[in-house]
Amino acid sequence: MANIQFNRKEFEKHLKLDEKTIERISLFGTPAKISEDHLEIELFPNRPDLIPMYGFIRALKAFLGKEPGMKSYKVIKPDRNYKIKISPSVKSIRPFTACAIVKGLKFDNERIKEIIAIQEKIHATLGRNRKKLALGVYPLDKINLPISYEARDPDKIKFHPLGSEKEMSGKEILEDHPTGREFAHLLKGHEKFPVFVDAKGKILSMPPIINSAETGRITEQTQDVFIECSGFNQHLLNKTLIIIITALSDMGGKIHAMELDYGKKEITPDMTVEKMKISLDDVNKTLGLSLKEKDLEKLLPRMEYDYKQESLKIPPWRIDIMHPVDIIEDIAIAYGYANLVPVVPQIATLGEESHESQAKATLSEILTGLNLLEITSFHLIKHDEMKRMKVECLELEDSKTEYKYLRPNLLIPALRVFAENKDHEYPQRIFELGTVFSVDKKRLTESGIQENDNLLVAIAPGNFTEIKQILDYLARTYNVHYTLEESFVPGLLEGRSGTLYHDKKIIGYLGEVHPETLQAWNIKMPLAVLELSREFLQPK
Amino acid sequence: MDKKASDIIEHLSPLERKIIPFLKHPLKKIVGETKLDETSVIKGLRFLESKGLLSLSTSIRKIVDLGTNGVYYKKNHLPERQLIHMLEQNNHLPFEEAKKLSKLSDNEFKVSLGVLKNKGFITIANGKVALNVAREELVRRTPEEQLLEMLPLPLEHLSEEQREVLEVLKQRKDIVELLEESDVHIKLTPLGEEFAGKEININLIEEITPEVIKTWTKNKKVRKYDLQASVPKLYGGKRHFVNTSVEKTRKIWTDMGFKEMQGPLTDTSFWVFDALFTPQDHPAREMQDTFFIKDCTGKIKDRKLMQNVKEIHEKGWNYVWNEDVSRKIVLRTHTTSLSARTLASLQEKDMPVKFFAIGKAFRNETVDWNHSFEFYQTEGIVVDKNVTFVNLLGYLKEFYNKMGFEKIRFRPSFFAYTEPSVEIEVFHPVKKEWIELGGGGMFRPEVTIPLLGKAIPVLAWGQGLDRIIRDVHKIKDIREMYANDIQELRNKTV
Repeated sequence: MANIQFNRKEFEKHLKLDEKTIERISLFGTPAKISEDHLEIELFPNRPDLIPMYGFIRALKAFLGKEPGMKSYKVIKPDRNYKIKISPSVKSIRPFTACAIVKGLKFDNERIKEIIAIQEKIHATLGRNRKKLALGVYPLDKINLPISYEARDPDKIKFHPLGSEKEMSGKEILEDHPTGREFAHLLKGHEKFPVFVDAKGKILSMPPIINSAETGRITEQTQDVFIECSGFNQHLLNKTLIIIITALSDMGGKIHAMELDYGKKEITPDMTVEKMKISLDDVNKTLGLSLKEKDLEKLLPRMEYDYKQESLKIPPWRIDIMHPVDIIEDIAIAYGYANLVPVVPQIATLGEESHESQAKATLSEILTGLNLLEITSFHLIKHDEMKRMKVECLELEDSKTEYKYLRPNLLIPALRVFAENKDHEYPQRIFELGTVFSVDKKRLTESGIQENDNLLVAIAPGNFTEIKQILDYLARTYNVHYTLEESFVPGLLEGRSGTLYHDKKIIGYLGEVHPETLQAWNIKMPLAVLELSREFLQPK
Repeated sequence: MDKKASDIIEHLSPLERKIIPFLKHPLKKIVGETKLDETSVIKGLRFLESKGLLSLSTSIRKIVDLGTNGVYYKKNHLPERQLIHMLEQNNHLPFEEAKKLSKLSDNEFKVSLGVLKNKGFITIANGKVALNVAREELVRRTPEEQLLEMLPLPLEHLSEEQREVLEVLKQRKDIVELLEESDVHIKLTPLGEEFAGKEININLIEEITPEVIKTWTKNKKVRKYDLQASVPKLYGGKRHFVNTSVEKTRKIWTDMGFKEMQGPLTDTSFWVFDALFTPQDHPAREMQDTFFIKDCTGKIKDRKLMQNVKEIHEKGWNYVWNEDVSRKIVLRTHTTSLSARTLASLQEKDMPVKFFAIGKAFRNETVDWNHSFEFYQTEGIVVDKNVTFVNLLGYLKEFYNKMGFEKIRFRPSFFAYTEPSVEIEVFHPVKKEWIELGGGGMFRPEVTIPLLGKAIPVLAWGQGLDRIIRDVHKIKDIREMYANDIQELRNKTV
C-alpha cells in the first residue's frame, strides 16, 4: 500500500473537496485524509493508474458521476523521426522499452514536482524499485531524434549524470555516484550497460540508474517531452507509459506515438481498448445482488468502463483487469460497499476444534492443576543462546533482529525466562506447549523441516525427584509407559539426567540443569526440567 | 469482665497471653520476662494493638558505640596512651626511635603525636620527642578514654563536653560509630489497662488435630482467630493470558460451525505464496519482509497442482514461473497457507464446508511497541457453490459482533488472492473511532481453479489477533505480551 499526496490547491482546481466527497473517496477504495495543503490517499498496488493526480481526478469524476465512462485520448501518429532503434545488445540486460512524445505542455514548479513524484511512486511500487521497470522524462528540445537504445561497455559510457558536478563513466557512476551505488545491484553481473543515445551520440540516460544532467531535467521552459520506460515486459511498459502520458495529456499536452524498431516494428503507446464479456448472471451470483442490465449500464461507467449490450470496454490504463471478477469488484464499488446488505446464509456445518487444540487444552488443564504457570515464548532464539547450548539450529536469512534461529527445543526459551525472572519470588514453576524445529532427515515433509509439538516443564528451585514426580503423574494420568536411560543431555547434569523412551523411540529428556549452564545463563536457583514430545500424551 | 473483654480473651493467641502479664513494662523488660525473642514480642504486641488494647509507636534513637578499632583500643589502650607509657620509660627520644619502640603503626604514631601535642603533654624539638607534664597529670584518664569506657550511650545522653570529644574521635578511624536503634513504645488503652498485668488462664484449643477431633467434647473451646489478619501470598498454576484469548476466539469459530485447520509454521513458498496467486516478484516474497530458512529447499509433491499453478501465474501475471523460487522455505507470513492446503485436499462431495485457523505468522521486522516478528493470526473460509459476497459480509458481521464489536463497516480493499476484497473497520467502543481490523474477500478463480479443480466460491477473511488481545488486557506495548514476566503472569486478573 502506498500513500500518495496531492497538492490540495491544484486538486481543487478540478474537484472541490468537501466532507462528503472525502467520504466518497474512501468508499472508492482509497482511504483519504485531508489537511490544509494536501489530500493524502492510501493506494492499493493494483491501481497505479491512480498515482498521477490527473489519473485520480479522472477516476473520481467518473465515480462521482460527473464524467462517467471512458475518457478518450487522441494519439498522433509518429513523425518521420520519432523512432527508437533497439539494439539486440540490450536483449540480455533490459530488453524492452516503450516511448512517446508529449508536446505543448506548460510546466510550473508544481507540475515539475508532480512529474517527479509520479516517477518515484511508480519506481517504488509497480517498478519494484526500478528492477521491473523504470521511466524517464526528458525535455525534447535538448534531444536530436531518432534515438537508439543500446548496450555499451561501462568504461565507454561517458556523460554528466544528474546530481554530479562532472562527467562520469558507467563504471564510475555505479561506484561513486550515490544513486548509482543505490541501484548498482540492478546491473550487477552485466558486461555492458544499457543507454539511450540521441542522433548526435549524446547519452540521455543509463537506465534504470540515472539520467544525464544535460538532457534529463525538465524546467519551466520545457514544452515538449520525450518519455521512455524500460524493463522486461513490453505489455507492462506500454501500460505504464499510458499512465504517464494520459496524465501529461490532461495537463494540456498532445500525445505523439513513436515507432520502436526491434527489427520488427512496433508503435507505442498502444492504446488499443480491450473488451471483455460480462455476464449479468455471474455478477449477481458473485455479489449476491439482483441487478438488472440497466443497473450495469449505470454502474460500470462510474468505474470508467464503457458498457453496452454485455460488451465491456476496459480503459487502457488499467493494469489489473485479468478476469471478470475484477470487473465485478468494480461493480460492487460503484454500487457502494455501504449499500450492500450483509446476509448470513444457513449452511449447516459442525464446528470442531482440531485434535491438537483439544489435546493441548486437556494437557494444559492437568498442568495448571500441578501448580504450573504457562509461558509462551517466541519461536526464534538468539545467536548467543544457540552457541551457549551448543545445539544445531535452522538459521534464518537476514533477520532484522537478534533472533536469528528457529528454536530446536523449549529449554532455551525457558532458560531465558528464568534468567529474566531471577529477581522474582520463588518457587517458579512453569510449563510451555509449543513447536520446535529440526532438519527432517527422513524427508517426509515438503519443507524438509520437522516440526514437533513439545511440552516443557521446569521448576526452580527443583531437583530430579520433583521433576520425575511430575512425569510419573502425567504418565499415570495418560496411562502410558516410558523408560528412562541415564545419558548425556546437553546442558544437563550427568548422572542426574537421562533420555526418555516410549516403544524404543526417543520422546524427550529430563533432569537437573548443570550448574555450569545455570551460571552461563545467570540463573541462581537449582533448576529441574522435563521436555517431551506431546504426542506421547494423547487423551484416549 | 464484660462481654467485649471475654470475647477478646477467646481471640488471644498463646503469644498474646504470654505478653499480657507484663504489658505495663517497656519492651525490653517484656522480652526479658517472657523469655521470648524481640520479634515475637513485637508480633504479639501488634496483634494486641489490632484488638484495641494498646497502640504502638516507634522512635528512632541514635546510639554512640565503639567501632572496630574502638573495641580494640578499649581493651589495649589508645595509641596515645601506649606512647605515653613508652616515653615514661625513655624520655627525649629521636623521632624514629620513638616510633619503633612504641610499636605503633605509621598512622597511629602520627595521630598520637598530634593528640598529645594538642593536649600539651609533649614537646617536639630538634627531632626529639619529650614528655612535658607532671606524672599526676599523665596518669589521669583523658576525656577520650573516659568516653570510650562509657560506650555504648544514647547520643542524647551525652554532655556538651562529651559531644566535643565525640567529634574529635569521629575524625579517627573506626573508633566510634553512630547506630540507629528504633524504640518501640507501648501506650495502653483503657481496655489495655484492664488487661495489663493479669494472668490469662483459659484453656483454648489452638490447632484442630486428629487428636482434638477424637477427643472433642461440647465444653471445649477453640481459640478464635483475627479474620482480618493478612496471610502469606499464594500463587496458583495458570494459563498464559494470550493462550486464553486464543481459546476464546477458537470458541467463537466453533460456535459458528467452523472446523479447525492445523499445519506447519515453516512451509514452501508454493503454499504460502504461489498457490495464493502471489507473483514471484511480489515484494512480500523478498527477504526484506519475509523470513527465509537458510540452506533449505523444499519439494512440491502435487506435480499436477504445481503445473496448474504455474500456468495460471504465467497467464495472469505475464512472466516465466520458476519452480525453484516456489521451493524456498519460509516461516509462514500468514495462516492462509493452511487455507490453501485445506482447499487442495477437499473433495466436492464434502462441501459445503467451513474452516478456521488460529496460529502464529511471521514477518522479518524489527521489534518495537507496536511490531513484532511473530504474531497471532486467525482466519476462516467458507466453501460452497452458492455463497456470495453479501454472505461474506454477513459472516464478517457475525464474527466481529461475537468478537465484541457492535458497529462495523466495510471498505473496498485489495489482496493478491481475493476479488472482490473487503476491509473491515470496527467502531472502537473505548477509543470512539473507526479502526481497521481485518481483511477478507472471495478467493480469485486463479486460486480456486488449481486448488479445487473448478471455480467454486470460497469466502475468506482473517486478521491479526495481537491487537485485540492487547486491547482486552489493556497492554500498550506488544512486547509485554510475550515478556513472560512471571510476577505479572501470577498477578494477572481474569
